[in-house]
Amino acid sequence: MTEETILEVRDLCTHFRTDEGLVKAVDGVSFTLNDGETLGIVGESGSGKSVTNLSILRLLPQPPAIHSGGQILYRGRNILNMNESELRDIRGNKISMIFQDPMTSLNPYMRITHQIEETLMLHQGLPQKQAAEKAVELLAQVGIPDPRVRARQYPHQFSGGMRQRVMIAMALSCRPDILIADEPTTALDVTIQAQILDLIRELTRELGTSVILITHDLGVVAGICDNVAVMYAGRIVEYGPVEEIFARPQHPYTQGLLRSVPRLDLEPGEGRLYSIPGAPPSLVDLPEGCYFQPRCEHALPVCSRRYPPEFKTLGRRSACWLHHPEAERG
Amino acid sequence: MIRCNVLAYVLRRIVGMVPTLFIIVTLSFFIIRLAPGSPFSSERNLPPSVIANLEKKVHLDEPLPLQYLRYLGDVLRGDLGYSTKHVDFTINEFIARALPVSMTLGALALVLALSVGITVGVVSALKRNSLMDHSLMALAILGISVPMFVIGPLLQLLFSVHLGWLPTAGWLSSRAGGLTLILPVLTLAVTDFAYIARLTRTSVLEVLRSDYIRTARAKGLSQRAIIWKHTLRGAMLPVVSFLGPAFANIVTGSVVVESIFDIPGMGRFFVNSALNRDYFMIMATVIVYAVILVIANLIADLVYAALDPRVVYE
Repeated sequence: MTEETILEVRDLCTHFRTDEGLVKAVDGVSFTLNDGETLGIVGESGSGKSVTNLSILRLLPQPPAIHSGGQILYRGRNILNMNESELRDIRGNKISMIFQDPMTSLNPYMRITHQIEETLMLHQGLPQKQAAEKAVELLAQVGIPDPRVRARQYPHQFSGGMRQRVMIAMALSCRPDILIADEPTTALDVTIQAQILDLIRELTRELGTSVILITHDLGVVAGICDNVAVMYAGRIVEYGPVEEIFARPQHPYTQGLLRSVPRLDLEPGEGRLYSIPGAPPSLVDLPEGCYFQPRCEHALPVCSRRYPPEFKTLGRRSACWLHHPEAERG
Repeated sequence: MIRCNVLAYVLRRIVGMVPTLFIIVTLSFFIIRLAPGSPFSSERNLPPSVIANLEKKVHLDEPLPLQYLRYLGDVLRGDLGYSTKHVDFTINEFIARALPVSMTLGALALVLALSVGITVGVVSALKRNSLMDHSLMALAILGISVPMFVIGPLLQLLFSVHLGWLPTAGWLSSRAGGLTLILPVLTLAVTDFAYIARLTRTSVLEVLRSDYIRTARAKGLSQRAIIWKHTLRGAMLPVVSFLGPAFANIVTGSVVVESIFDIPGMGRFFVNSALNRDYFMIMATVIVYAVILVIANLIADLVYAALDPRVVYE
């Protein structure tokens, strides 16, 4: 595995202008993605994980979205400065995306084959006949039985899991550098989830595609990610290698998240399932200081005054005042 | 296989029309008879003996149930009877002359309303909240709110009286020719145009917000491909559903428009026959309109099914 950085997000700010005020959905997010790496982004709903990734392909409608700062460097070129045709050349070709709800993400009025052909004809310049052949091949690759027949069918004739397979076939059809998977299994049956994740892992490994996996399922992250970024209220609070963070979470929010995972090794009734007290703050009206401080068990006086800087500790970045050398003294 | 299903479906729908039409015929037959007056009670007072003779000739002297059965029998044989006002022609002959006129007028108006309405709706949706969008939608609101009997005379006033460009009234008269078509078709199309434009705008906007359009963008498709290949088909479905009501608008509108522009179509006969208590003429127009509307709805359903692969014929 070459350790070349192919995507670098620096200080990304994506805000939304709404009637209630400026929503800072993503506010100063930075991470890097290396060749062949799988990065997990976890957080509660509304923490900005989807917005971050929709920003990477500039898929958010503007207005109301504004990319008010930062850079998204794909192989050194800033996506935020690209014009429409440069963007289109990247979308679905170099960076592709699969979405949460496979039931609505495919066009219900188009045959599956045409939806896959489109990308191949557009980005690889294949004539329609060849693209159709390739589409059947791709469907076979993602494990769709009877691909020649299924290609001629419409999305409503596919189950949820099968549709997500189609989405994967479509997304990987041009052998992209990066696959962004936005909660690809959330809408699926538990029994199907593992199959889909395995499929993503196998195919991307085969193609050498890097993956950004957005999820709120920590088990998924532990299973297939190299690095993980934990997001809270539009910012990354902890970011580093998966084993490190799962073994020794440093940020109180990460600790809380890990403690809220149900455990199968406990007897029923033995220990209540932990939940982080309180609710995430409103993105229009963020608290002073650290955004997590109102829910934090370890909050110090400084936490309610200033947002913590990122500390490099134990091989990761963590934005928490507790890591400050003088934290003991408050 | 699929084609076979469609054929079976159409046949079933046609069979299904029979009870609908039967109910319409029955209800109209008795409702008309409930209205006060009779075909021969005109301002000119006829001697009672003459009236009795006339009534005998068209069997109005028989008991009502018998008349009803007799009429049903005639209709099933395709004989719509005689007008009590214009005895020189059979009603079948009247319809043979008037129906093509109304059909031409209605078809032209519907085609105009659809083509302009859809175009305006799509443009409005793509230029959402622009000056263009706001003005087009204001025009549509105007089209919905102002009735045809106001729009028609206003158009006549402007284009015929003041500007003198177009004839005021008439139908394909040798002197003005096709020009006579313009104002009535325009007037008749306005309401449907307005509804279709608004419907299209809403529906295009809704589709543009959908997940599968986001997928299309994520694939790198151009705006043009997204609109033509991914948006329009789905966005047309509500418009197709509206075809039935749109046709009904055209039919009721033609009654007004044909009167305003003095067009010898079904609509004018409908009004006149109702005023004259011309029993069989009223029945005939009701039956023709009912058949047209039922067929229009069937066509709308077939188009919908052709556009949406999820529809199953059952």
